[in-house]
Amino acid sequence: MWTDEGTDGMIPDSLRKELEAEIAAAETPRERAVSVMFAFQHHCGYMSDSALKEAADLLGMTPAELEELATFYDFIYRKPVGRYVLHICDGVVCHIHGYNFLMDHLCSRLEIQPGGTSTDGLFTLLPVCCIGYCDHAPAMLVNRKMHGRLTPERVDDLLEQLKKEADVPAGSV
Amino acid sequence: MYPQVLFKNRQPDRPATLAEYRESGGYQALSNALAKGAPEAIREAVDASDLKGRGGAGFPVAKKWGTIPEDAPEKRYLLVNADEMEPGTFKDREMIQTDPHMLIEGAVLAAYGTGCGKGFLFIRPSYDTSAEILEQAIDSARQAGYLGKNILGSGFSFHLDIHRSGGRYICGEGTAILNATMGKRPNPKNPPPFPTDKGLWGLPTLVHNVETLVCLPHIVRNGGEWFKNLAKSDDGSGTKLYCVSGRVNRPGCYELPLGTKLSEIIEEFGGGVIGGNQFKACLPGGASTHYLTAENYDVDMDSVSLSNAGYRLGTSAVIVFDETCCMVDATLNLTTFFVRESCGWCTPCREGLRYIQDLLWRIENGAGEEAYIPRLQEFAGYLKNAYCAFALGAAGPIESLLAHFEDEVRAHLAEKKCPFKS
Repeated sequence: MWTDEGTDGMIPDSLRKELEAEIAAAETPRERAVSVMFAFQHHCGYMSDSALKEAADLLGMTPAELEELATFYDFIYRKPVGRYVLHICDGVVCHIHGYNFLMDHLCSRLEIQPGGTSTDGLFTLLPVCCIGYCDHAPAMLVNRKMHGRLTPERVDDLLEQLKKEADVPAGSV
Repeated sequence: MYPQVLFKNRQPDRPATLAEYRESGGYQALSNALAKGAPEAIREAVDASDLKGRGGAGFPVAKKWGTIPEDAPEKRYLLVNADEMEPGTFKDREMIQTDPHMLIEGAVLAAYGTGCGKGFLFIRPSYDTSAEILEQAIDSARQAGYLGKNILGSGFSFHLDIHRSGGRYICGEGTAILNATMGKRPNPKNPPPFPTDKGLWGLPTLVHNVETLVCLPHIVRNGGEWFKNLAKSDDGSGTKLYCVSGRVNRPGCYELPLGTKLSEIIEEFGGGVIGGNQFKACLPGGASTHYLTAENYDVDMDSVSLSNAGYRLGTSAVIVFDETCCMVDATLNLTTFFVRESCGWCTPCREGLRYIQDLLWRIENGAGEEAYIPRLQEFAGYLKNAYCAFALGAAGPIESLLAHFEDEVRAHLAEKKCPFKS
């Protein structure tokens, strides 16, 4: 699970400089609001209150103004999420291709409810509107990458594979 | 097999490279147009082609270009709409993943034809893979001189940036996308002013769908008349990227002449209904259209023919339902989508849809009452009072559920459960 305890600034100076340059090159600073939040999120895991405040400062916005956007969008997380965010498509095509069955299977395997994060901190399960992969239904995104034509067996294999990848210490691959 | 224009470089597992695109005639239209130095030639070709916007509304492209005021400021923007969040629709993703340079060339041609110096490519987060493909393609186009400052030495400059969205259905709406791009809450606006008059930062802005722009290189290269003749129907023009999904054997995106029959799309290309089941209904143009039943199975899939039959072409995404599908359940799913994705700006959409969802949930779960039927009709009618077309679209499945499947709704009331569930 990601936390922001014990850190002074939320992001390293190098990333801050990159973002400052990006904002300076934009038509107006707030044009880059979502992009900056994605960068914070990529680094910190989610938009904590501290991250939101720091991002708002960079953008010349108030935290409340940025909060209005942060809570509007599906892919900005205001609560901690697992290392892998599973967005399960509940669009109508996936729905008639067994979405309910797939979601039940994932909930039981991960021992969580939709919206929850597994106790090992690896998986967050989020239902999401049609992801535009209807030709691969039923489908889901794992950290924004599509996995389709899912069956219980394929889901189990995928979860195992992701767990193994998570065991490899960062930077050793 | 029909002529493949947009998908001519399609490969099973990767996008076409810059070299492949050029070998197939890519960037010739742009080179010639810039060498001639006549942006009006692009406008004339587009006018002659009768190209209509492919994002869902079907507005004529030449007419849209014509709404940029004559005395408009020189600073103008092109906004490429790759948000594609209409359920059942994946043509723009397929297009980008097939031939990203075709989109770039189309965007530069549109920019040159209308005098835009900067473009944004607005793309949804679920299409991260497509966004990465586009980033690479934009880089290589820039290095090859097709994008950026002084394109091919012509003196014309056009910069194209990718704007990644945070992901909400409303962002694809033609005015909400302006707010989203500017980093404001993406509420739709009620025009006028139209985006071509006062769009991004109060300046003229052309908003175009991906599939609209990829038609431009071919129109400019081969002429408007040639493009018109690609369509099957007399009043249509060009080919169309039709998506087929749902209860079919070969779901996918197929480039076919505009006006190809629905039955042909489902059977020849979609591989027919799964398990030899009966075709029950389809949404012909994405989730925001009306259920179309067997009596219109042979309709020509163009806007005029569909309109004559009481339907809309929408995004031309065909979602097929067979005899195993409960239409109340499908409509509940679609309404739940619209409830969740409502931006909350207008009351009929924010409050009305939630009420409709509740009624449908009760009917589907055996707690429906006779009085709910006229109430569904009444509340679906209120959706036309919302600002944007998305709320009106949400009424499509509800109204057509009552028009075509009232017996099925009543069976839920009589049996006090969903007849499709054991």
